[in-house]
Amino acid sequence: MESPSAQKSPGEDAVVCRAIVKEFGDGQARVRVLRGIDLTIPIGATTFLVGPSGCGKTTLISVIAGLLRPTSGEVDVLGYRISKMRGGRLMKFRARNLGFIFQQFNLIPALTAAENASVSLVVQGMSLAAARRTSDSLLDRLGMSDNKNKFPNQLSGGQQQRVAIARALAHSPRIVICDEPTASLDADTGKAVMELLQDVARAPDRAVIVVTHDNRIFPFADHLATMSDGHIDSLDQPLVEDA
Amino acid sequence: MWLIALKMLFHDRAKYLGLIIGVAFSTLLINQQMGIFLGLLSRAGAIIQDVPEADIWVMDPGVKNLDTVFPLRDTELGRVRGVPGVAWAVPFFKSNATVRTATGELESALLIGVDDSSLIGMPPNVIMGSIEDLRRPDAVAVGRDGFGKVWRNQKIELGKTVELNDRRAIVVAVVQDSPKFTSSITFFTRYSQALQYTNNGRNQMSFVLAKSMPGNTAELVADNIYARTGLQALTSEKFRDKAIQYVIDNTGIPVSFGTVIALGILVGVCVVGLMFNLFVLENLRHFAVLKAIGMRNSRLIAMVLLQATVVGCVGYSVGLFGAACFFEFAGRNPNFAGFFLPWRIGLASGGVAAAIICMSSLVALRRLLFVDPAIVFRG
Repeated sequence: MESPSAQKSPGEDAVVCRAIVKEFGDGQARVRVLRGIDLTIPIGATTFLVGPSGCGKTTLISVIAGLLRPTSGEVDVLGYRISKMRGGRLMKFRARNLGFIFQQFNLIPALTAAENASVSLVVQGMSLAAARRTSDSLLDRLGMSDNKNKFPNQLSGGQQQRVAIARALAHSPRIVICDEPTASLDADTGKAVMELLQDVARAPDRAVIVVTHDNRIFPFADHLATMSDGHIDSLDQPLVEDA
Repeated sequence: MWLIALKMLFHDRAKYLGLIIGVAFSTLLINQQMGIFLGLLSRAGAIIQDVPEADIWVMDPGVKNLDTVFPLRDTELGRVRGVPGVAWAVPFFKSNATVRTATGELESALLIGVDDSSLIGMPPNVIMGSIEDLRRPDAVAVGRDGFGKVWRNQKIELGKTVELNDRRAIVVAVVQDSPKFTSSITFFTRYSQALQYTNNGRNQMSFVLAKSMPGNTAELVADNIYARTGLQALTSEKFRDKAIQYVIDNTGIPVSFGTVIALGILVGVCVVGLMFNLFVLENLRHFAVLKAIGMRNSRLIAMVLLQATVVGCVGYSVGLFGAACFFEFAGRNPNFAGFFLPWRIGLASGGVAAAIICMSSLVALRRLLFVDPAIVFRG
């Protein structure tokens, strides 16, 4: 379906998906996971992608992030046609403009919290020492001042997710993509993490895209895109209840 | 980026240690076995090496090595001396003898008889005593390692007597001789004295040692000797090579050592390959995260290559150190005397370690390059 913001100029939209189809496998084993997705995600807002397991949410954010190439259709991210980008240009674009937060945190066990938070800056060519200075202040904002030198296995799930948030935001990306950021956390920790995410990630020039099953965090969404069976069913403002 | 790569490598200490041990084991085995192999081969030409004064060895045409000799007639010495280009020629006797040690045990020994007048044929390095004393009756010189075998745990001293082929011999000098292939006890005496110890009569000359005149190459003079006498005449280098080649061609030593070395390389490749592959596999998700957040393949490859290089260098250094220690400490045992670690072998084993690491890295890099960064979204 066409999103309400589809009429805006490309520069004002974070993501514009047009007729995205994504298939896996060949021949008889071919599976069509995305069946013609049209979606516009605005900048300056938090958009949730929700829906049952297997409906294609993770595939869609992988396509939006340029990690998967669509079988057909076009994806514009911040006005750039990411679906046509290749190799180093795509990597550079991702390194500059996208931040990721994963369900399993995906922190590197060999690195301390501060070093993990610095990784996105190191990827951009900054030295680890210089990157740490930037990520340290972010960790302070996330309440991790006392845990900067701890390794991931010394941190709780909530603390690890805070480090992952710091890593996702350290290089000031324009778009933050979160895959089930609260799925591995208990309710209270999940809510706390979302509050922190809202606090540090929301900005007028930044879009936050959250894939989630967790309806307890729906109140944090500005927009709620509901998916089923490879389609966007609706894109609405969520009903705000007690968050 | 480099620091991250190193931290990832050092974090899993067990795997890191396994990788190091794999490379070190291969390096150690290659160096140790090659060192012993070359040491054994060099023993095949040890007697030649101990006579640096002579540059030509003359012998029966059928002789292939130093251990199987056919005696020359005494008159051959004069014929060799008469060949143009020969500065001097002296007789050289070599035979096996039986020696009774201080504890009453019998040992096989090598008996070398050198020219009575010039004493050419003696090892140049004298540890104790004087070579000139060999002119005294029943006088012998003994190699240092041999002294330790005959007089176990006794201090090196002169004047010791020993039964050599049931005849009395008095030690008047101790020399540093090269370890031999067949026996570690070597007695040196005058040619005429050696004949008495072996109870042989005339025509027992094993070799004629000769020196080419200045301005003549040893090769040319050797060819002249052959042409004039019909005897086999070889330069020292050629004879040593021939003796070594004989060992290579006629013993199972090269195959035996080659097999151990090949197994060492194979074990190294398997252990390091599997461990490194496992290391990359376990970190694949983290590499995929780095790829997802924008790290280029070239930088990921550089990270893995750095990890592989560190493993290779540390493992190689540990292995080489182990091999050096082996030769340092084992070399103090007379049975291992003369075994050494040539720098070329060390360098070659470095090449093998590099090859092991390259092969292991290639397998790991293949996984890394084809990893789908979208796996980061899978639970």
